[in-house]
Amino acid sequence: MTTSRRQFFGQAAAVSAGVALSAPAVEALAAEPAPAGLVDVVFEVNGERQKLRLDPRVTLLDALREQLGLVGTKKGCDRGQCGACTVHVDDRRVLSCLTLTATLQGKEVTTIEGIADGDDLHPVQRAFIDHDGFQCGFCTSGQIMSAVKVVEEREVRTDDQIREAMSGNICRCGAYPNILEAIKQAKAGDR
Amino acid sequence: MDFLRPETLAEALEIKAERPDAVPIAGGTDVMVELNYDHRRPAALLDLTRIPELQQWEDGLRVGAGVPYVRIIDELGAQLPGLAMASRTVGSPQIRNRGTVGGNLGAASPAGDTHPVLLASDAVIEVASVRGTRMIPAAEFYLGVKRNALEPDELIVAVHLTPAKGPQQFSKVGTRNAMVIAVCSFAISLFPQENRVGAAVGSAAPTPRRAPEAEEFLASALDFKNPKPLLDSVKREFGELVSRAASPIDDVRGSAAYRKHALAVMARRTLGWAWQELLAKKNGSEERPCA
Repeated sequence: MTTSRRQFFGQAAAVSAGVALSAPAVEALAAEPAPAGLVDVVFEVNGERQKLRLDPRVTLLDALREQLGLVGTKKGCDRGQCGACTVHVDDRRVLSCLTLTATLQGKEVTTIEGIADGDDLHPVQRAFIDHDGFQCGFCTSGQIMSAVKVVEEREVRTDDQIREAMSGNICRCGAYPNILEAIKQAKAGDR
Repeated sequence: MDFLRPETLAEALEIKAERPDAVPIAGGTDVMVELNYDHRRPAALLDLTRIPELQQWEDGLRVGAGVPYVRIIDELGAQLPGLAMASRTVGSPQIRNRGTVGGNLGAASPAGDTHPVLLASDAVIEVASVRGTRMIPAAEFYLGVKRNALEPDELIVAVHLTPAKGPQQFSKVGTRNAMVIAVCSFAISLFPQENRVGAAVGSAAPTPRRAPEAEEFLASALDFKNPKPLLDSVKREFGELVSRAASPIDDVRGSAAYRKHALAVMARRTLGWAWQELLAKKNGSEERPCA
């Protein structure tokens, strides 16, 4: 049996996530308070309830990638400048690298893995493919998570307004014109 | 590291009294950069995101320290046009969804975007501890580079601002429109009924600061009762006085000379826009001036 790159990294992450306990272990420990230095947090990711026991310094980005195996969210700069780690928390787009997991008690998180409906891509994903809205693809999940919100913002209409609304997502390949066209297509379909 | 999660303001103040070393975190857009890069290793973090009192604004206006920029832009643009303009220039949409004015004040960076507006609009900062509440005028809040008037056991609770009584403008220079720390910035507030002007500079001195001589000159040069088109000489003198109020340094973002020059330009332009708005209102036109 062959192991895909994604499965490999998923397994590797599960092994390497030292501070994270597996979900059943947390369940068993739920009645006990977290040991010194660790915090418990319960929140939803893509509609699924997650209980994590973690070091309070763990960002949402690291929790997603290393503890939940959701590696679609990318780490570009880890300092809020590139937008590659954009996810939705309670329906607003935020940077997961600047969000502490421990502050998310009771919150709802949506990542790139959570926007398609099974095999049916989200209209924004479809539009990015139709318009080649990427080259290397590293910034793409962040671009799409941002674009999903920009498509919903009715007051954002002109090309300039779309560029401004997407200004928190950087693409080093320079796929901006195609990203703009993709968003316009998704907006047209949304009306 | 301890992670402290109070659910009420009273609880947060008790924790802060016991643990003055705890670093408050709300939007996280400043604190997290320092944590991720290990520039700072606090013994404890005090999570302020679960305290409802901090997330609200009330008429009057009292804006909770934890209200994110996106809500100031969406909900308070008409009452606080200057603060909304400055909020629109903060970071990116993702940052504006999380970042707060309380965080801007807590970090007290000389380049923080909202500081010049708070100074020019006579904002008062409400801080609290178990010992009680203090109201600190913005002009007395900034003490030095990244230093503010907070005592170790105090938390920033809210910002008090009067709904704008006249035109307000804000301007900022950076290398691009988004995701920039200001090279320098400037805010102006006109108070026509009081024949008064507020003017303040950002990122051009160890702290954000007002430009009192520029304020006084303009208040005496403008006729708020019978506003007439501005004389170029008034604009130039105002720009010159604003520039003189700054004491900038040369750094990676720009030279001191450039900052001085840009401040004079921003002062002239924002004054022009604000005055145009006042004239238009006098003439019964609702049209707002553009750049």
